Amino acid sequence: MKSPLLRRLVPSILEYFVCMVLAGIVLIPLYLSVVGGFKSSGQLAIDPLGLPNPFLWNQYGDLLLGTVGTFWRSLWNSLFVAGATVFLTLMLCVMAAFALARLPFRGRGLLNTYFMLGLLFPLAVAILPLYLQIRTVGLLDSPWGVVLPQVAFAVPMTVLLLRGFFLSIPQDLEDACAIDGYGPLGFLFYMVLPLSTPILSTTAVLALVSSWNNFFLPLLVFNSENLFTLPLGVMSFQGQHASDWQMILAYLTLVMVPAVALFIAAQRYIVAGLTGGALKG
Amino acid sequence: MMTKRRSKWPLLLLLLGPTFLLFTFFVVVPVIEAAVFSLYKWNGLGPLGDFRGLNNFWTLFQNAVFHKALTNNLAIVFFSLVVEVPLALYLALILGRSRFKFAVLFRTIFFLPYVFSEIISGLLWQFIYHPQRGLVHAFYAAFLPDASVPAVLGNPDTVLAGIMVVIVWKYFGFHMSILIAGLQDIPEELKEAARMDGATESQTTRRIILPLLLPTILISVFFAVVGSFQVFDTIWAMGKGDPVNAAESVVTYLYKFGIQRFNIGYGSAVAVTIFLICLTFSLTYNRLISRVEKR
Repeated sequence: MKSPLLRRLVPSILEYFVCMVLAGIVLIPLYLSVVGGFKSSGQLAIDPLGLPNPFLWNQYGDLLLGTVGTFWRSLWNSLFVAGATVFLTLMLCVMAAFALARLPFRGRGLLNTYFMLGLLFPLAVAILPLYLQIRTVGLLDSPWGVVLPQVAFAVPMTVLLLRGFFLSIPQDLEDACAIDGYGPLGFLFYMVLPLSTPILSTTAVLALVSSWNNFFLPLLVFNSENLFTLPLGVMSFQGQHASDWQMILAYLTLVMVPAVALFIAAQRYIVAGLTGGALKG
Repeated sequence: MMTKRRSKWPLLLLLLGPTFLLFTFFVVVPVIEAAVFSLYKWNGLGPLGDFRGLNNFWTLFQNAVFHKALTNNLAIVFFSLVVEVPLALYLALILGRSRFKFAVLFRTIFFLPYVFSEIISGLLWQFIYHPQRGLVHAFYAAFLPDASVPAVLGNPDTVLAGIMVVIVWKYFGFHMSILIAGLQDIPEELKEAARMDGATESQTTRRIILPLLLPTILISVFFAVVGSFQVFDTIWAMGKGDPVNAAESVVTYLYKFGIQRFNIGYGSAVAVTIFLICLTFSLTYNRLISRVEKR
């Protein structure tokens, strides 16, 4: 009687143990950051794990009031760059993928292959000439110098995902639309787009997260601090306050809050978007 | 019929034109330029005149720092394959089962680091490793008060290991999620049938689930390898490849020796080399994947 129960119980205890330990390893750095922002420099040095004592509000306060650092400015810059990237990526790629999926024309296969070649090139490969290209068109030190290349590099994956979905929409629906007197654009707006919300959210999440976390391109393009997005802002803040770790941790926490909030609010879409994008690509 | 077909071109131009131009201008042209520039010595200003053939590549292949960078990337690949992917697989097999209590909570927690920028995770761990402030320091103070606290990121022998821990910390949940998505595509009836035939849990896993999951595992491996070759942000946030270039990766090398020193030609040679490595891997690997999927 006892042994089958034991045999089932022991592995599952082990599994819970592993999961708890890993959850601790994931969460402890985040916890350290949150409480560290409330601590004094002295307490941080001897007691990183304990609760703040004394409890100092001024580090978070200074950052939020803007007396130290440029948190709100960087947040706004990140929002602007990510918003513009997501909007343009979706708009342009929906149009292109629709044409590639539903409008027969000569050279269609070739054009599709042309876009798909982009999947082979990571941003790092093209970064030097890309930098020169951005300089040529005068977009260095401008948000558009980050937005437009980000959109361009998002094209292959986004077109791949959207085109695949658009191809799966039955021809009958298109014929029905045509009978009702709608042309290709009517079919796109009244039939294809409403059907496409899952794949649109997948591609939007991919573009949003990669723009929000992008560091390499903004590092090259932005020179003036008032254009810095959050990753750049944090990095330069750390450079300026290298010994004030309670300040840096408060800043890191503030930067993590929007990401965690968005993740919890839209978790299903985000996990599905990021993993789905990987799997279908 | 003729007029109808002709009238389609303005629409096609409207739909495809902007994407085509943007993609060509910011992706295709720079990639071609990188290949061209790699044959020249050029600082990015003035005319492109000093043709050097493959000289940049020979210099690169003999450069000790580049060797170090490449070795580091291979070490990261190895570590990802030996630690990250197996850990993710183990967790996916546990948390993919619906009767595991709190599975959803654990999945959420494990995925969480993936949504942060690598700069955030890098700086967080820089604090943890900090010899006068962080967790490592507190551990030594509590348990080994007489020993001196190691500066993980300040020591050329340990800095790469310190960074690899952060990479696994950030990405294991992503790989776990990919594998769970793959597990959910395996029909429940197959597992049911195996159980009916008297197979034990571990037999079902080994004989039924793992073979069917293999294509997904291969995708996860693919991302681990290609991602490892593009590591930049994490290293940049944890000491920029130093001390003494001990933690350099091929992309930090590209940034430091190409961009910061305005050696556009030499930097492009680095870029082309990275590209060729990734391309060779992608092509061979894709052949492997399609062979597995055919079986």
